[in-house]
Amino acid sequence: MLKFDNVSKVYKGGKKAVQNLTLEFEKGEFICFIGPSGCGKTTTMKMINRLIEPTGGSISINGVNIMDKDPVQLRREIGYVIQQIGLFPHMTIQENISLVLKLLKWPEEKRRERAKELLTLVDMTPDYLEKYPHELSGGQQQRIGVLRALAADQPLILMDEPFGALDPITRDSLQEEFKKLQKKLDKTIVFVTHDMDEAIKLADRIVIMRDGQLVQCDTPDEILRNPADEFVEEFIGKDRLVQARPNIQTVEQIMNPNPSTITGDGTLSEAIQLMKQNRVDSLLVVDENKVLQGFIDVEIIDQKRKKATRVSDVVESELFTVEKGTLVRDTIRKILKRGMKYVPVIDEEKRLIGIVTRASLVDIVYDSIWGEDEISNIG
Amino acid sequence: MDVIQDIIVYYSQNAGYVWEQFYRHFLMSAYGVLFAAIVAIPLGILIARHHKLSTWVISLANIIQTIPALAMLAVLMLVMGLGTNTVVFSLFLYSLLPIIKNTYTGIRNVDHALLESGKAMGMTKFQVLRMVELPLAMSVIMAGLRTALVITIGIATIGTFIGAGGLGDIILRGTNATDGTAIILAGAIPTALMAVIADIVMGYLEKKLSPNKKRKCTQHQQQAT
Repeated sequence: MLKFDNVSKVYKGGKKAVQNLTLEFEKGEFICFIGPSGCGKTTTMKMINRLIEPTGGSISINGVNIMDKDPVQLRREIGYVIQQIGLFPHMTIQENISLVLKLLKWPEEKRRERAKELLTLVDMTPDYLEKYPHELSGGQQQRIGVLRALAADQPLILMDEPFGALDPITRDSLQEEFKKLQKKLDKTIVFVTHDMDEAIKLADRIVIMRDGQLVQCDTPDEILRNPADEFVEEFIGKDRLVQARPNIQTVEQIMNPNPSTITGDGTLSEAIQLMKQNRVDSLLVVDENKVLQGFIDVEIIDQKRKKATRVSDVVESELFTVEKGTLVRDTIRKILKRGMKYVPVIDEEKRLIGIVTRASLVDIVYDSIWGEDEISNIG
Repeated sequence: MDVIQDIIVYYSQNAGYVWEQFYRHFLMSAYGVLFAAIVAIPLGILIARHHKLSTWVISLANIIQTIPALAMLAVLMLVMGLGTNTVVFSLFLYSLLPIIKNTYTGIRNVDHALLESGKAMGMTKFQVLRMVELPLAMSVIMAGLRTALVITIGIATIGTFIGAGGLGDIILRGTNATDGTAIILAGAIPTALMAVIADIVMGYLEKKLSPNKKRKCTQHQQQAT
């Protein structure tokens, strides 16, 4: 939907604000640009609606180069929210919200209708329509600022530290509200901030910039797990990296490395015996190289034991697996969602290396509740 | 008490004449300010856009302002001859500075964030001017017009020296007459009154056009409750 192709901005006097930026974003993505001040994040954002003209490369929206469009027309199709809110003090809330619609020459009646409809999105009553901006609190004003950017149902919205000037509590609730709104309306958002917490909370993808260059562009998880370099690490901050650790445990750390297995040429009675011996109700089927073939359980054996004798005849190969290195969090979610009893863990060559069962989950929960206590008791 | 009586007698005998001069006086001032507004407001907007021009333009207007009124009239008379037009033109020149300066200040003082959000919403330059800058600068511009009008009402009095008429005629007649205090006052009082009324009316308009008028209203209401 939004594509940067080798975009540069060099100001008069040779200051390079943005250098050779190449990025691509999908529709509905929430993208945070983050970096220290002067890193070119705001410049990058402003180039999208041509408040600043790029000096090199091209930016395209839905395949259309923005330089081929009339800048005024372009800006009417892109929402814009700034830190200073920028509501017009001489206009009522309704006029403020529907200003873009007025520019687009909507009739008065429809503009009013739309303004009312938008107010309900942020749980404000229609009697605010006739008020003036200064009669509202800062948080309410910025809600109106956001609504103004949504008025013409623009698919793309640019936000320049929109919650930066608000107090922390208001900011927090507005962030949550806004994230929900974005999910609901499926907008593509380009969000500039210098607050890492905000970026992690809101973004689908974070673009970290320094000195006009792209340092890393990835999901918040990935950035926390694999910071590209020391700069990113420092920027994220040690605290957050430590905090993020419990969430980034991999399955290897919690799996049972010795699952009960049987090879394909074993017989069904051997399988039953093995189950009884290990007190399990299913066995993972592997070949001689420990490559996972599938599984068999008591029910399968019970149904088919008259027709078949070998494990390879009845093996159920439809089996959900995870690769080693998968996040525990993701694995747990899948186990719980699909109602599975266990998930085999395999390596790159599909060799079985372990299993995560519901018992492993119990261990995790136990650790997280009692683990720290134990440590402190010892200490 | 005699003087007051004399004035009343003068008015009762010359009501039509005084009113005519009053009207004429006002028209000269108003035309002067009006023409000045037509030139000075766009000029003020222009120098607000092109910052470098502003020092030049404002210095020039300042210089005009320092020329004594009588000298200005005399010089203009040499070029334009006697009559109302010369006076209106000099009033025009005197009105330029306050209007240019206030327009310039008003436009420059509009919050940059508002201009940016206007532009980013897809307003053309003209729309930004019409929908954001002018409404927000209007009260300051009105203050400039107010100052200009009060100045011109004062200066228009000396228009009588080059035969332009107005309330100055009455004052001049009083100075020429023996014991003419009453006549002088009969001319001076309406002049002062006109200036005061103009100031009040323009002040009212200024307040009315202020973008923050609603805030004041609600504050009053809040204080009242």
